[in-house]
Amino acid sequence: MKRVATRQVALLEIAHARSGDKGDTVNVGVIARRPEVYPFLKKVLTPERVKEHFAGLCKGRVERFEMDNIGALNFLLHGSLGGGGTKSLQTDAQGKTFAAAMLRMMVDAPEEIL
Amino acid sequence: MKSSIRIGAAQGFWGDRVDAPVDMARYGRCDYIMLDYLAEVTMSILQRQKLKDPNAGYAKDFPAVVGRLAPYLKKGLKVITNAGGVNPAACARAVLDKLGRAGMHDVKVGVVTGDDILSQLDVLMCAGDSLKNMETGEALSSVRNRVVSANVYFGAAPLVEALGQGAQIVIAGRCTDTALTLAPMVHEFGWSMENYDLVAAGTVAGHIMECGAQASGGNFSAAWEDVPDMAHIGYPVAEAFPDGTFTITKPEALGGMVNQAVVKEQILYELGDPRRYISPDCVIDFTTIRLEDDGPDRVRVRGVHGAPPTDTYKVSLAYQDGWKTAGTLVYTWPRALSKARKAREILETRIADLGLRIDEILFECLGVNACHGALAPVPDEDQINEVVFRVAVRSSSRSNVEAFGYELAPLILDGPPSVTGFAGGRPKPQEIIAYWPALLRKTAVGARVEILEA
Repeated sequence: MKRVATRQVALLEIAHARSGDKGDTVNVGVIARRPEVYPFLKKVLTPERVKEHFAGLCKGRVERFEMDNIGALNFLLHGSLGGGGTKSLQTDAQGKTFAAAMLRMMVDAPEEIL
Repeated sequence: MKSSIRIGAAQGFWGDRVDAPVDMARYGRCDYIMLDYLAEVTMSILQRQKLKDPNAGYAKDFPAVVGRLAPYLKKGLKVITNAGGVNPAACARAVLDKLGRAGMHDVKVGVVTGDDILSQLDVLMCAGDSLKNMETGEALSSVRNRVVSANVYFGAAPLVEALGQGAQIVIAGRCTDTALTLAPMVHEFGWSMENYDLVAAGTVAGHIMECGAQASGGNFSAAWEDVPDMAHIGYPVAEAFPDGTFTITKPEALGGMVNQAVVKEQILYELGDPRRYISPDCVIDFTTIRLEDDGPDRVRVRGVHGAPPTDTYKVSLAYQDGWKTAGTLVYTWPRALSKARKAREILETRIADLGLRIDEILFECLGVNACHGALAPVPDEDQINEVVFRVAVRSSSRSNVEAFGYELAPLILDGPPSVTGFAGGRPKPQEIIAYWPALLRKTAVGARVEILEA
C-alpha cells in the first residue's frame, strides 16, 4: 500500500468558516479554501470529531450537512449558548467566534492538498 | 418588463452604519434599496416602547433615512424595509411627515400590517393553536402571562401587493428579511409566487443580502486583511434577471470586495439543513446553488431549486424570563490570572454569605479563554500582561441581581492588587427577554396592505 505523506496543520490553513446562532444552537459553516481540500474535509470532519473538538463549549449533539456545490460542510452544534441569545451570560452569546474556534483544529492533511 | 434590476442592501441590523443607505443611493445605481432593521429581540424592545408611547415601536432611524434619501426618491428610487417594527402605521406617519417637509407630496407609502398577533393570542389558543415551542415542545401556556410580543413572519406577497399598488416606499413589520429582496423581483418580473424555482432564487439573493456588508467583505474569515477600504465598505448589490439568476456585486466607488469565498461564507450564515431552508414563500434546496465568477467583484448565482411552502407561518414570540447583569475588572501582571481567580473566590463567598438567589453565574477571563474555552491554550501566567475579569449572573429575582451588582466594586479596595478599569458604576439588572419560536396555520392570520400619501 502506498503511504501518503501527511503534515499536521491547523484547519485555518486549508479552510475558512462563518458561524451564527439559532436559539441555543450555533451553526458553523466550514469552507474548503481550494476544491482539492473538500474531499479531505468530508473525511476528517466527522460530527464525532467536531463534537470532541468543542468539548466544554457544545453540550448537545452535533449534526453535519454536506454542500458539495460550494465545497462546504455545515455543522449544527446544539446546546452551545447557555440557553440561547438573550439568556446567555457568555461574552460570545451568539457564537460569532465559534468559526474561529473550529479553525483551531489540528488535522493530518495529505501533502498533495497543501 | 425590465431586463434586469439592481437591489442594494444598506442595513443589516438596527445599529448598522447610518450613512450606508445614502452611500448606496449615491454610488449603487440601484432601482431598489432594502433595509433590514429587525432582529428577534428587537420586536420585544419595540413592543415595550409602544406600551409607553403609542406613537413609538418602530425603527426611529428610518424616517431620518427617508429624509436623506429624498433627492434619490425624486429620481424614482424605491425603498423596502421592515422598519415598521410593531407599529408600521406610526412609522409611515413619521415618514410622510419627512416627505411633506421635503416637498414630496406625491410619494406613495405602502404599509403592511397584520403580523402583530399579540392581542389575538388567547383567541388563537382557544381555537386550538397551541403555539408550542418549536425547539422544546413546551406549551405556550407555561409562559403566556409573561409574553411581551408575538409576530408572524410574513413572506413577500404583501410587499409585492404594496409595490403593485404603486408604493415607492414599503414599510412592513415582521416579515422575513429575505422577502425584502425577493419582493422587487416578483413585482418587476411578474413572477408567479407558485414558480418555486424563481421564488427560491430571489430568496437566496435575500439570504445573501440580509446581513449587509457580510456579503461584501465584512466579517470575512478567509482573508480579511485583503479587503479594501473597510472604513468605506460598499454594501452588497443584487443585480437580478427575469430568469432567476442574479449577480452579487457592490458599488465600484466604495470599499469591500465580492468573490466566491465571500459569498460562500454568507450562504452558510445562520444556515440549518441546507436541503430544507424554510421560508413562508417556499422551501429551498441550498445544495443546488451554483456560483460563477462574473468579473471583478461580481459573483453570478444560478441553479436554485425550490419547492412549495409549508402551510404554517413561523411566529416569533418574546417573553420575560428573569434578570441578568455583568461587570468587569482589569487585573495586571504579575500573576494577573491568579488575582482574577482570587476575585472569583471572594465573590462566591460573598454570594453565599448574603444568601443571594442566583440561578446561574459565569466567570470569564477576557484576553485568555473567554470565547474559545478549553480550545484556547492558556499561556504561562508570567506571559499574561493583563486580563479582563468578567462576571455575569442571572436570576428570576431582580432584587437579587441588583444586590449582586453591589459586590463587584468593593474588590477594588478589598481584594487583590493592581486592579483597575472599573467604570460605569454598579452593574444594573437588565431584563431578559427570551425568544419563543412557534408555528401557526397560515389561514389563521392575514396581511393587510394600505397605501398612504402625504
